[in-house]
Amino acid sequence: MTTTSAPPPQPEPKRRVGDRVFAGSAKGAGILILVVLAGVAVFLVTEAWPAFTASPADLAGGEGVLSYVAPLVFGTLLAAVIALLIATPLAVAIALFITYYVPRRLAAGLGYVVDLLAAIPSIVYGFWGIAALAPALVPFYGWAERNLGFIPFFAGPASATGRTMLTAGLVLAVMILPIISAISREVFSQAPLLHREAALALGATRWEMITMAVLPYGKSGIIGGAMLGLGRALGETLAIALVLSISGGISFNLISNTNPGTIAANIALQFPESTGLDVNTLIASGLVLFVITLAVNMLARWVVNRRADFSGAN
Amino acid sequence: MAKRIDVSDLDIYYGNFKAVEGVNISIEPRSITALIGPSGCGKSTFLRSLNRMHEVVPGARIEGKVVIDGQDLYGSDVDPVDVRRQIGMVFQRPNPFPTMSIYDNVVAGVRLNSTKLKRAALDELVERSLRAANLWTEVKDRLDRPGAGLSGGQQQRLCIARAIAVEPEVLLMDEPCSALDPISTLAIEDLMTQLKERFTIVIVTHNMQQAARVSEFTGFFNLAGVGQPGRLVEFNPTEKIFSNPDQKSTEDYISGRFG
Repeated sequence: MTTTSAPPPQPEPKRRVGDRVFAGSAKGAGILILVVLAGVAVFLVTEAWPAFTASPADLAGGEGVLSYVAPLVFGTLLAAVIALLIATPLAVAIALFITYYVPRRLAAGLGYVVDLLAAIPSIVYGFWGIAALAPALVPFYGWAERNLGFIPFFAGPASATGRTMLTAGLVLAVMILPIISAISREVFSQAPLLHREAALALGATRWEMITMAVLPYGKSGIIGGAMLGLGRALGETLAIALVLSISGGISFNLISNTNPGTIAANIALQFPESTGLDVNTLIASGLVLFVITLAVNMLARWVVNRRADFSGAN
Repeated sequence: MAKRIDVSDLDIYYGNFKAVEGVNISIEPRSITALIGPSGCGKSTFLRSLNRMHEVVPGARIEGKVVIDGQDLYGSDVDPVDVRRQIGMVFQRPNPFPTMSIYDNVVAGVRLNSTKLKRAALDELVERSLRAANLWTEVKDRLDRPGAGLSGGQQQRLCIARAIAVEPEVLLMDEPCSALDPISTLAIEDLMTQLKERFTIVIVTHNMQQAARVSEFTGFFNLAGVGQPGRLVEFNPTEKIFSNPDQKSTEDYISGRFG
């Protein structure tokens, strides 16, 4: 009979204190984020619930929570889309200019300046919009009403203060510019040298090289950056609350004084004077914004991550 | 189509660093000229100076002359973009455009030249170029598929098809087989011997058997020492280089007694 000796003891993996502390704190931080997010969601749902169950006549506007929120959702999306349409081409152009046209020494500084735009507080943007941009645009709005009035966007009557949907969209555009251009810059600078050289060796000019080898490669990055910018534009509160002259309703007229509000600005403006069910209604609109922003950000992540399968680095 | 290249007293600089010094060489039309030598000796840099691709690196410049059939490549009124349209290049790693189909890859250069060709003419050009690159039978049923989906050797032949589609006068190849297996390498070498009927070919290679197999002329580049610029040590018919070279260092390098 043979005795089976016990298997030699596995060498204990050495566990250092620093590793354990770091692993624990990282895990804790990750869990904390999820807890906070879940807490916010639970808060929004429970506080918004009364607004959904109350009789429509008791609510502001008297027609139920959905018809209260609808124009706000419209205004939020309209302002954000205007901002996106203006900011995206501009941001892509800036990113291309910095990555492929400016001498390398200048490029870092220029990129930094553009990034600085993101560091300006939104209240400052609001002041700038109302004090500088809006008055400056008044003559343009008058001109647009007279000459482009046949387009519904410019039907007028033109605002005399300049506090229009278009002004708000322009302010938002400047605010989201740094996000989009930073991400575009990142992907453009990663466009493989291999393919850029392939284009140049075929006799491409710099612009042709960009259209052949850089833009196709960076497309999903631009889309992802634009989505992240959209996320910020949707949630922007102060600048809109300051700049936009709000009267409610749904209107595509971009240059008049009667504009739909946005969810975030509406909450900021109404909340201090609200009690009871009105608070629940505002929170319900906040819940809608939460869902929209979440959806946009998830879409953006999904688009950006698709880059992983991109065959650029074969 | 094929043209002769005359290089005289060529120095190539990256900023203040002199990478290549004093190259004098005459490259015969309709032949294959191989450039061999240890890594970092400036042969790729020299190759790239023949179509001004080295200028992609900021601060790169040359002194001396590169003349192709009487035309000075570095004349003050010469646009590097035009130079590269006349002198095609194939790179070490196959680099078809990943977002383009096989078809679009082949016509990419032609589209750049902004000659608006009819669809039928483009189809014909694609077939002709792919046939010339010995790739047609392998891809003719999937021209609309991405070029990046091909094998490495097929991708490299696709890149050759793309380069010859614009009917260049010279074809430069920078270690075109170093990322390929022996079978694909053989396919490319066969292709080169066919292409030299139409083009002047200059190839940089680390594979000395390859240089011996395909080329008519061989140039040996070497460094005079660490931190010194690379020089063209010897330029002779390939047979002579590999049997009875003029220089001792060429013989040492070829027979593996290098360094």
